[in-house]
Amino acid sequence: MHLPLIAHTDPHAVVAWRHGAAISARRFLADVRTLAAMLPPAGHILNACSDRYRFAVGFCATLLAGKTSLLPSTYTADTLRQLADFAPDCHLLCEDDPATQVLPAMRFPALDDAEPDGAFEVPRIAADHVAAWVFTSGSTGTPVPHRKRWGALVANVRAEAAALGFDPAHPATLVGTVPPQHMYGFESTVLLALLNGAAFDAGRPFYPADIAAALARARPPAVLVSTPFHLAKVLDAGIALPPAALLLSATAPLPDALARRAEAAFGAALLEIYGSTETGQVATRRPACDEAWTPFPGVRLETRETRTWAGGGHIEEEVALSDLIEHLADGRFLLRGRHADLVNIAGKRTSLGWLNQQLLGIPGVVDGSFYLPDDDGSAIVRLAAFVVAPGLTEAALRSALRARMDAAFLPRPLLFVDSLPRNATGKLPRAACAALLAAHRHGER
Amino acid sequence: MTEAPQPAALHREVAELIVAALNLENGADTIEADAPLYGEGLGLDSIDILEVALVVSKRYGFSLRADNEDNLRIFASLRSLCEHIAANRTQ
Repeated sequence: MHLPLIAHTDPHAVVAWRHGAAISARRFLADVRTLAAMLPPAGHILNACSDRYRFAVGFCATLLAGKTSLLPSTYTADTLRQLADFAPDCHLLCEDDPATQVLPAMRFPALDDAEPDGAFEVPRIAADHVAAWVFTSGSTGTPVPHRKRWGALVANVRAEAAALGFDPAHPATLVGTVPPQHMYGFESTVLLALLNGAAFDAGRPFYPADIAAALARARPPAVLVSTPFHLAKVLDAGIALPPAALLLSATAPLPDALARRAEAAFGAALLEIYGSTETGQVATRRPACDEAWTPFPGVRLETRETRTWAGGGHIEEEVALSDLIEHLADGRFLLRGRHADLVNIAGKRTSLGWLNQQLLGIPGVVDGSFYLPDDDGSAIVRLAAFVVAPGLTEAALRSALRARMDAAFLPRPLLFVDSLPRNATGKLPRAACAALLAAHRHGER
Repeated sequence: MTEAPQPAALHREVAELIVAALNLENGADTIEADAPLYGEGLGLDSIDILEVALVVSKRYGFSLRADNEDNLRIFASLRSLCEHIAANRTQ
């Protein structure tokens, strides 16, 4: 079975907005064909383009050329080297000078601006083609690959459009504050537009005023695709906000009070997506109205002993979820917290096990442990770390950590100690960590 | 019209805003004018940058904009941030 690369049937339909200009479906496909012919012979393309339009052209060109995209969650030098171990033929598609990259690289080319002519034919891609490998940090120190076949991506994103109430007669403009490489941004900005005849904005507005301006510019109906953290900052900025048709949030549960504020400020419903890199999207809810999540059609959540597994629908192999699930009689469910080892900082996920392994792998570190303090009501709870490393300076240790992990996980504070308060079995009790941190904070004052 | 503060005074004031907004353990006087705020240097990430952008906007009465240029260019260093504030502040 083959499925079309894009859902747009009119060659003049808008696929993307870039620097204020509309890019037609015909123009987009011409760009995809041009790039596909220029790609290196490698079978795997690591698409690092931050411009959402270039990313989309790169992803589709990779598909059209019968190749597979690699989408890591971070771009640290360590991660790139590990991806080269995973796919030795991998080639970087980037926007910077290829000579400065740690992998063989190709710079995204300048594209022809002339409106193409000729017949409008949408390529079709085999449903079982591996469109992408997406990576999670895993618990062993090596990124864990998750296979995404074209057919499963299409099925998931079509179900998403139905759940969000997309109307083909009024194609939306999607404005995203999330990067296109992250599973949520990949599905809910790039694929959601391409596979539903809608359009995305090529930018990634960051500051609240930029987000407001991008939404005001967007052709209605405009959809803001963002995260709880970014939504909170936009509301706190106290600036005038343009109306939107829909707000989307994912990566971390959205407090219902924040959801109601956002709905009032933008005059739009706010829908939340529950999913993960491993599963794709599995459920939606409207937190201002109801706490319960509705699974996508065909998706099954089954709890066996302590873990809940997601399967069915677009999910090829059952996946254990990292959240605690409470099932409701009507098939919906509630989220009841996360398994203790897992960490989510502003939507970036990892495990304490992985973080500790990174810390202990640094030469000169004798012992050490990350610690996630209890939620104290502030917007973002940061990790702390305790370390025994008599020969290392704080700057050297921070630099080594930065090469290994996303900046969101860097410990604050990083405390040097003579020894860790491990108990008789070698474990580090949470209460002992809390006491150590409290003593440090007390000493500061 | 109020007299614009000397660069050193603005540096000091902005460094104190950053330390207070992010609950940092270093004193404001340890933030060097030309050391990177992001990554190596002070070690801020994009979560911090948004927090600081918020307090800077409120204190100096203007909204930070990047228009899809490099979002972090303004935050290259304390000096670049202060120059941006001096050029755009309304209060």
